[in-house]
Amino acid sequence: MSDEVQGILVGHGKLAEGMLDAVQEITGLGEGLVTLDNEGLTPEALEERLGQLAGDQPSVVFVDLPSGSCAFAARRLRHRQANVAVVCGVNLPLLLDFIFHRTLPLDEIIARLRTHVGVSIEYTTDGDSPVPGR
Amino acid sequence: MAILLCRVDDRLIHGQVVVGWGSQLGLDFLVVVDDELSASEWEQDLYRAGLPDDIEARFPDVEAAIREFPDWKASAQRGFVLTRDLATMRRLAEGGALAEVEINIGGLHDAPGRRRILPYLFLGDEDREELLRFQRAGSAVSAQDLPGARKIKLEELLNLASG
Repeated sequence: MSDEVQGILVGHGKLAEGMLDAVQEITGLGEGLVTLDNEGLTPEALEERLGQLAGDQPSVVFVDLPSGSCAFAARRLRHRQANVAVVCGVNLPLLLDFIFHRTLPLDEIIARLRTHVGVSIEYTTDGDSPVPGR
Repeated sequence: MAILLCRVDDRLIHGQVVVGWGSQLGLDFLVVVDDELSASEWEQDLYRAGLPDDIEARFPDVEAAIREFPDWKASAQRGFVLTRDLATMRRLAEGGALAEVEINIGGLHDAPGRRRILPYLFLGDEDREELLRFQRAGSAVSAQDLPGARKIKLEELLNLASG
């Protein structure tokens, strides 16, 4: 068993595949990040495949929607395995941070990700803003 | 009527229900009727953890659901009722809970003995028998995964399942 943390990206439609493609496009890296989509899978089948991907390895499961079937399957896996973390609302900055720091221990990776979960919304009607009305 | 959707979906609470239907019909509470889930607090917590704070989730068994259904219908709040299979929804119907309520089949996925009827609907012999029971009871049943999708009525579903 490897102690290196792996990322499992699970999403609706082709989101997981698309996000991995974007990570590879930007970094040239993708090792340590695997994908799974939920299309056509029962909750049991989704959980089983997720469990197979995780194995015994410490894992961060990145999912899109907190109320989606992917998130519930991930939480079930976490209930069984303490070395699994679930991150809902995945975005590209989170994945990039993970890719560059996945050799850290799981606790430290999660601490880093907690500081990167904010969403940047750039819009203001304030004329003094450097990005007015955008 | 405060029960806006009565849905059979093996994923129970998930994106299509909360976002797809919930955001279009409005949703204050979700009732998941399931004998097994009603006895499992950690699984109930798991589902609650994924819901927005303003949506309440309840997890009665079938007997409790039959008793409480009239109160949900009379409530000023808007709710969805979910079961993971046709048999559980049929038990609700037999208990008299579903009079004048249309049953939505929103997702039954591939499993041994089932074959693909629609992209979100796989049915086996047991499922077909359950649909025939609904037909004999005169229940209003249709398949539709999302609000904007075509509604497929029970007769057409049975034809597809027989084909």
